[in-house]
Amino acid sequence: MSSNTDTIRELAEQDYKWGFVTDVNEDRAPKGLNEDIVRLISTKKNEPEFMLRWRLKAYRHWESLEKAQAEPKWANIKYPAIDYQNIAYYSAPKRKPNLENLDQMDPEIRRTYEKLGIPLEEQKLLAGVAVDAVFDSVSVATTFKEKLGELGIIFCSFSEAVLKHPDLVKRYLGSVVPYTDNFFATLNAAVFSDGSFVYVPKGVRCPMELSTYFRINAAETGQFERTLIVADEGAYVSYLEGCTAPIRDENQLHAAVVELVALDDAQIKYSTVQNWYPGDKNGKGGIYNFVTKRGKCLGRNSKISWTQVETGSAITWKYPSCILQGENSVGEFYSVALTNNYQQADTGTKMIHIGNNTRSTIVSKGISAGHGQNTYRGQVKILKDARGARNYTQCDSLLIGDKCGAHTFPYIEVKNSTARMEHEASTSKIGEDQLFYLRQRGLKAEDAVSMIVNGFCKRVFRELPMEFAVEAQKLLSVSLEGSVG
Amino acid sequence: MSSLEIRNLHVKVSDHEILKGIDLTMNAGEVHSIMGPNGSGKSTLAQVLARRETYDVTRGEVAFEGKDLLAMKPEDAACEGVFLAFQYPVEIPGISTAYFLRSALNAIRKYRGQEEMDAIDFLPLMREKLKLLDMDEKLMNRSVNEAFSGGEKKRNEILQMAVLQPKLAILDETDSGLDIDALRIVAQGVNAMRAPDRAILVVTHYQRLLNYIVPDRVHVLVDGRIVRSGGPELALQLEETGYTTETGARRATPA
Repeated sequence: MSSNTDTIRELAEQDYKWGFVTDVNEDRAPKGLNEDIVRLISTKKNEPEFMLRWRLKAYRHWESLEKAQAEPKWANIKYPAIDYQNIAYYSAPKRKPNLENLDQMDPEIRRTYEKLGIPLEEQKLLAGVAVDAVFDSVSVATTFKEKLGELGIIFCSFSEAVLKHPDLVKRYLGSVVPYTDNFFATLNAAVFSDGSFVYVPKGVRCPMELSTYFRINAAETGQFERTLIVADEGAYVSYLEGCTAPIRDENQLHAAVVELVALDDAQIKYSTVQNWYPGDKNGKGGIYNFVTKRGKCLGRNSKISWTQVETGSAITWKYPSCILQGENSVGEFYSVALTNNYQQADTGTKMIHIGNNTRSTIVSKGISAGHGQNTYRGQVKILKDARGARNYTQCDSLLIGDKCGAHTFPYIEVKNSTARMEHEASTSKIGEDQLFYLRQRGLKAEDAVSMIVNGFCKRVFRELPMEFAVEAQKLLSVSLEGSVG
Repeated sequence: MSSLEIRNLHVKVSDHEILKGIDLTMNAGEVHSIMGPNGSGKSTLAQVLARRETYDVTRGEVAFEGKDLLAMKPEDAACEGVFLAFQYPVEIPGISTAYFLRSALNAIRKYRGQEEMDAIDFLPLMREKLKLLDMDEKLMNRSVNEAFSGGEKKRNEILQMAVLQPKLAILDETDSGLDIDALRIVAQGVNAMRAPDRAILVVTHYQRLLNYIVPDRVHVLVDGRIVRSGGPELALQLEETGYTTETGARRATPA
């Protein structure tokens, strides 16, 4: 038994491997938040008037929320009060990158990406991944743009979209997550620095996975990206998002917003592997990941699928959700959330059924180790006029050791009697008998734990694109399942 | 050098003494059977030899091929060549049996400084062993022991033994839950693995398995002690008289 505990401890104590700091000159705004800062950000980005007005509306709203102390407190997480005046809201690498090709990229940044294993290299491009990398706040390289351009697909930084495609931005920005949505989303609307923008035109199937890497580099900065993805009628796109951050003693705030819009018969698949710095063994430092992600199935037969593997961050507060407005639309949420040491996660989803015959699937796998606290919070809401709605929810927790916790808060609200709802939930511990069985076959204790965890998460990993599935499994220090027979 | 040498082994589980001084010597190439009534300590002995850590060894020594077995972790004992066919095989949801088998084989190969086997090289090996145990290849795509029948689980244990080729195989009540056809197939599988460099210890409650796997030596375990040892005829004798007389015999024997 003792040696099982040791293994668990060793696993839980593995060092953060992505904790290097890149030495790049940055251009950063003074700390603090006021209208001038919002204007500064907008000016830095040469934004048109409509964007500045939207930011200012958001800022004023946020100011009133802050006065009313409306920062959400309902989540099952604990953290000291955030001093929003002690954060720098804009930081960009100084040599403003306006690159023709990857060779022109700042070599320091380039090396950072290489350490991260970001697929910017030519061979990776051949593998069919287009990357839009967000380094702190400005997109430094966007690849494959031309090839996508031939199909009419727009894949660029948010800043660029604001300048080059203002009509699309105006039409969809805030249409899923309005600037009044919640405290952190409002903050983001005021100060967001950059992010990604994707538009896939009618009937086009995006031929490659689109990918963004986020990384927080500068100390005491927040990262506020904003991503907007629109799939027009009959379009399909799969989008991958990965995140890492260097080790810092102080906590860093990450308040992002992602909006997805799927029109008639369109499909969006959004996958995240989140590996922000989780803090040290004693819970010092780490990212506060307070993110609002929501998709709107606006059109008939549309589908939005969220898959997330959350292994990092000191605190995760995140509920990728679907508004199922179009008839026959489908929403999916597949999640693995791992907390160890003193990490806290309060994550889940909302499925709002508005249209007839809308369907949703929720599969959540929470793993708690060390002193980690893992909460699933989900809401399934069937509105009065949504006939024939269906939901299936499966919510499993796995405990490793005896100092961690798993919590489940499912909210189910049904206003139409034709709805069909299923909810399954389980909580289990990694059994001594399972560990002994695997070790008796020659597997090291830590490999045995990995194998059990990997098996537990399989249903979710299956939903990840190959490229990411491998990384996700590596992150849980797990080996891949072979395909024998 | 003998394969397994147990000297005066005492084992406790939560302050309750289960094994009270076991002595046993097995040579490579031999098949021994441990028989005894429920609660006599048979499974405890099997699990201690496989290095399960929930047992507390209070006295005694166990040498496996001259090495101190009691100093080994379960995975090291396994890599050295100790295999336990479990009485109650454990389910590992989400992990395919084929992947599990290959991972186990590769862990052992790695320990021995051999090259790991990829899925393509592994497939023919697995198929050959499946045939030996008359098992359907489809089982290999299922999660380990999940939704396996009792018989399939036991066959799966022997399949693992056939793939891993241990030097000491301990079969813990492998016959329980098997119908007569399955029993014959499992026994065939075990017999096919009898080899000059392998010792096999068959732990069983009933004699019937020993009709198919004929042991070189039979030991009777009662209340934590080996009370009698003999040839294969001892098993038959026990079948007739039961263990009660053995209990009486033990009382008559000075401890």
